[in-house]
Amino acid sequence: MTKGTFVALDDKTIRERAAAFLAAGHDPGRRLEFLRARFDAGLAWVHFPEGLGGLGAPRELQNVVEQELARTPQLDTGVQAIGLGMAAPTILAFGTEEQRRRFLRPLWTGEEIWCQLFSEPGAGSDLATLGTRAVRDGDEWVVDGQKVWTSGAHHARWAILVARTDADVPKHRGLTYFVCDMHAPGVEVRPLRQITGEAEFNEVFLTGVRLGDDLRLGEVGDGWRVAQTTLMNERVAIGGAPVRRGGGMVGVVAETWRSRPELRTHDLHQRLLRLWVEAEVTRLAGARLREQLSAGQPGPEGSGMKLSFASLNQALSGLDVEMRGEEGLGYDDWTFRRSDSVDFFGRGPGYRYLRAKGNSIEGGTSEILRNIVAERVLGLPSEPRVDKDVPWKNLPR
Amino acid sequence: MTLLYTEVEEELRASVRGLLADRSGPDAVLRRAESAAPYDMDLWKTLSREIGVAGLLVPEEYGGAGASAREVAVVLEELGRAVAPVPFLTSSVLATAALLRVGEEDLIQELASGETTAALAVSLAASPYRPLPETVTVTDRGTLDGAVRAVAGADVADVLLVPVGRALYQVAAEHVQVDVAPSLDLTRPIATVTFSDTPGEAIGSLDVREVLSFGAGLLASEQLGVAEWCLEATLAYIKERHQFARPVGSFQAIKHRMADLWLDVVRARAAARNAADLLAAVPYGAAAVEAVEAGELAAAVAKSWCSEVAVRVAEESVQLHGGIGMTWEHPVHLYLKRAKSTEIAFGAPGAHRDALAVLADLPAPV
Ligand SMILES: Cc1cc2nc3c(=O)[nH]c(=O)nc-3n(C[C@H](O)[C@H](O)[C@H](O)COP(=O)(O)OP(=O)(O)OC[C@H]3O[C@@H](n4cnc5c(N)ncnc54)[C@H](O)[C@@H]3O)c2cc1C
Repeated sequence: MTKGTFVALDDKTIRERAAAFLAAGHDPGRRLEFLRARFDAGLAWVHFPEGLGGLGAPRELQNVVEQELARTPQLDTGVQAIGLGMAAPTILAFGTEEQRRRFLRPLWTGEEIWCQLFSEPGAGSDLATLGTRAVRDGDEWVVDGQKVWTSGAHHARWAILVARTDADVPKHRGLTYFVCDMHAPGVEVRPLRQITGEAEFNEVFLTGVRLGDDLRLGEVGDGWRVAQTTLMNERVAIGGAPVRRGGGMVGVVAETWRSRPELRTHDLHQRLLRLWVEAEVTRLAGARLREQLSAGQPGPEGSGMKLSFASLNQALSGLDVEMRGEEGLGYDDWTFRRSDSVDFFGRGPGYRYLRAKGNSIEGGTSEILRNIVAERVLGLPSEPRVDKDVPWKNLPR
Repeated sequence: MTLLYTEVEEELRASVRGLLADRSGPDAVLRRAESAAPYDMDLWKTLSREIGVAGLLVPEEYGGAGASAREVAVVLEELGRAVAPVPFLTSSVLATAALLRVGEEDLIQELASGETTAALAVSLAASPYRPLPETVTVTDRGTLDGAVRAVAGADVADVLLVPVGRALYQVAAEHVQVDVAPSLDLTRPIATVTFSDTPGEAIGSLDVREVLSFGAGLLASEQLGVAEWCLEATLAYIKERHQFARPVGSFQAIKHRMADLWLDVVRARAAARNAADLLAAVPYGAAAVEAVEAGELAAAVAKSWCSEVAVRVAEESVQLHGGIGMTWEHPVHLYLKRAKSTEIAFGAPGAHRDALAVLADLPAPV
């Protein structure tokens, strides 16, 4: 499309573009080339700008692309989850033109995997209290500190990182956001075995890691605002994925129910019907939210979707184990392994049950999300803040 | 299809809300509920004449607006928010839907104007998933005998529509006895309707089940309105009310409950919209089986979810208002009463969930 021409991007035009892309004969057998071409055709994420994998179209139209290209090579949304869900929208919102061009394409194709260096041993829910330091040294920053619960750090080429650049101001004001080179000297990744037996997340030690200033995202001291964008997107990414009616976790449980009549009891039936209704209304609310969002950025409402997703997944996966009786006493595999990502659909019911426990912790606990809904959506007064005007270095830790 | 509201729907909402704000504030509703005539038929006439709500479902050729379940749902939301004592649900939704299915052409024109109102002579508690109890019979002379209990809207109806088996009879109100006894819901009284050798005209054949399912799916929107009002009123109160030198709404124990209620209401809105949207897609008479089933499923989901949400939010609202919530003068009790009685109306939540066993292929144990 030449500059100045205006084509209304609706359902139909997007469908035509997808058809034209398919007609151009890219070889689906060559996965990477195919994905690169799809990015270059603006069919990666249609709501991104032209030249960056998109067409500047409403977000909602991505569904159309997904339908049209359903039979072609797909992304690995497991290992790519943090890149796609969190890093990309933040880079788009705060990155320089150079950063966007450098990072977005290999991020989308999966050539480069991303992880998120936010949480620290002393800073979880109260993320803004984090202590990993970044000290300026000419054109570079020197980073020291320790991160924890870092999913996928063992695969990652890049990380999004929040670090403290000023200890003399209150906690929210002294943070700066970076892209961290996971291959830089001084980055050490150690597996942290989790409740499921595997290690999806890690501890990450950062010792004298040097990052060029061109890896800074947003202004110095503006890191909290940048992180907010990441977190809001994360909540939508975790809770807001489109599912079909009866799909997702409720589909897994319903399938067991249908294929195993001998497991059915009246009590389980009542509970399953209740959860089926809850899954359906949650799905509809997600669809409605996406309709509302089809243009703009996710707001605090996304926290609500993540909240309901977490409690549903937990209730359903728990019911699934219980329903299986004797079989629920077993577990598929306790072998310690470095897993790629969450595997809700490939693993057994015990794994699903245990992994779902993380849904109300990762990306902000359900308690924190309720605070966000209460304060930012409903406008209720915040808790008294004892740390608001205190310089970070004077906070009790 | 969309789960959002269209511009036209928002305009309709604004007119209804504006009129109700002028004419039917909580004090007015309460005063009326205590009087001998709980229904506000003047308000009803204005709603019908000025906004045309009575004829929303009626096709234009019969003097109606030719609108759909989507617009009806928006009106119900507003009527729920105001617990407005008007016979919209009973006359313009239920009775009208029955007449449309029967293919009746005369009475429906009168109902469209709002000058005449009708009530379907079935219990408000009748479930779409069970046969109606056969309490009315046709005599040899072709007249009706028997009684139906818990009929809503009968006290203000000019005409009663009486299902007997698969036939629908039309009966003039002056020939029946309507006894209103005290009702849990002050703003929507129920009555026993008695027929004794009552002349009636058979106007066609009707599957009441469909009408009840349609009514249940749309009642979810009224419940949404009730829940929304309760949530907003509670929010406003807990922001203002101070105890322990803080607004009570700043305590986390309260904030978290409010967040959960909000999420329930958000999901109620999506469920109610979806039901309205899918019911709007089913034309009267012959329709594709899948479309009918999609509408029934959406109605079952919406009615089971919204019933419980409306009750929960209304109960929490009473609690979070503290002592004032228990008083007669505070309007929240009107909402609690509406919420609790609509929970039962057209099938309790459990009945709708049971229906999903078939609709969503989740069979019961044998
Ligand atoms: C599976 C999984 C994957 C993760 N992946 C990543 C990742 O890739 N990168 C990353 O940076 N982090 C990751 N995390 C970390 C996650 O973001 C944190 O665990 C989370 O924010 C909570 O912090 P915490 O664990 O320190 O708990 P804490 O903050 O110590 O919370 C302990 C308990 O106190 C409650 N609590 C805390 N503050 C309040 C409050 N104000 N009001 C009420 N209750 C409160 C919490 O809800 C929780 O129940 C992951 C976590 C999990 C479980």
